Amino acid sequence: MIPAAFEYVRPTTVDEAVQAVAEGGEDVKVMAGGQSLIPVMRLRLAAPSTVVDLGRVAEMRGVRDEGDVLVIGAMTTHAEVIADPLVAQHARLIAEATETVADRQTRRRGTFGGALAHADPAGDLPAVALALDAEMVVAGPGGRRTVPARDFFVDYLTTTLDEGEVLVEIRVPKLAGQWGVRYEKFNRVAQAWSIVAVAAAVRRENGSIAEARIGLTNMGPTPLRASATEAALAGAGASPDAIAAAARSAAEGTSPSSDLNAQADYREHLAQVLTRRAVTAAAGL
Amino acid sequence: MARVSMRVDGVTYTDEVEPRTLLVHHLREALGKVGTVVGCDTSNCGSCTVHLDGQAVKSCTVLAVQADGAEVTTIEGIAAPGGALHPVQKAFHEMHGLQCGFCTPGMIMASIDLLKDNPRPSEHEIREGIEGNLCRCTGYQNIVRAVQQAAGEMSGTTDTLGAQA
Repeated sequence: MIPAAFEYVRPTTVDEAVQAVAEGGEDVKVMAGGQSLIPVMRLRLAAPSTVVDLGRVAEMRGVRDEGDVLVIGAMTTHAEVIADPLVAQHARLIAEATETVADRQTRRRGTFGGALAHADPAGDLPAVALALDAEMVVAGPGGRRTVPARDFFVDYLTTTLDEGEVLVEIRVPKLAGQWGVRYEKFNRVAQAWSIVAVAAAVRRENGSIAEARIGLTNMGPTPLRASATEAALAGAGASPDAIAAAARSAAEGTSPSSDLNAQADYREHLAQVLTRRAVTAAAGL
Repeated sequence: MARVSMRVDGVTYTDEVEPRTLLVHHLREALGKVGTVVGCDTSNCGSCTVHLDGQAVKSCTVLAVQADGAEVTTIEGIAAPGGALHPVQKAFHEMHGLQCGFCTPGMIMASIDLLKDNPRPSEHEIREGIEGNLCRCTGYQNIVRAVQQAAGEMSGTTDTLGAQA
């Protein structure tokens, strides 16, 4: 099918984009790479009156190093993130998860910021942003504000972005020390969404696990941290038994849905198994 | 309406398009590039794959206005000017990498993109590399063989030249 008719605006700066959104009326929609938006528009599940296409906003694209923080422009494509040397060096978890997003063609168009702002519970990148304590830089009519990932995701397909706001860039603190990372994803077929996935970053110190950060994909309407497992792992021995014991609490505090792919209890089981695998790999065992 | 100019298979076209026009529909209906096909309505099948500024994309999931100023290559633009098939086209022909042929334009465009990044992919890497393309005849075995043959031929040429040098 063909999308319903809409007005098309193509700003070239963040300021122009914010202005275009403000002038776009009630049914304005911001388009990043369009890989989620165009399909739903084609199916007429969305019919915005105005589409503000961020594709030509050059300042929103690319990755830069700001000392302790890596700054990823919201319009940086998945393919660019995967190929970026700074991401590979300082935020490898993002590259690893991004490699599993959709398919090759979709990764050429889809963007890091678009995936976060879309906030699909089955999307891979929100849980990674949460696990890495990323911060979202958001521009609106009143200027810019910074929102921690833990406050950014509000509900199913819903973020804290106000109607007039645009996600500009994502600040990812570099991991300092001896960190290992792993993204473990369970899905049925090629290019399918995650049924459950787990993003783990583990810091080892003197043979023990000093700190673990674990993000859960599709274990509720928003990405979640496996807080109980994280607490159990802090200071634990880096052994398969200790990790397996800690992983058993990975689904605590989650609220997974039941759908065609999986029942909630099966998702809880997957969260435990995938957490064990992800932490084991991230710990270098 | 928006004025859109793009270079498609070496020829520049300027047209007035509705913003909601998908690139694939513009290619097929306005420019007559019917070699690029539409196989699904959900961005899954990949049969509409073209190269946009040298990168494989699903042209059903790009608006024609987004391709304004871009270079587009379709399945119709990859053979040599004299008509000699592209090595990947030739390999699909020789290895019988198709049954009904509907997915073939997209498979070939995705495979060319894969081989550009990874000239000697393993079988696993080929299967991952074309995961965005579905063959509903399930003729994947021969498709993978075709990509392997093309990879050998395309990089083999380089090896031969290297050996001679």
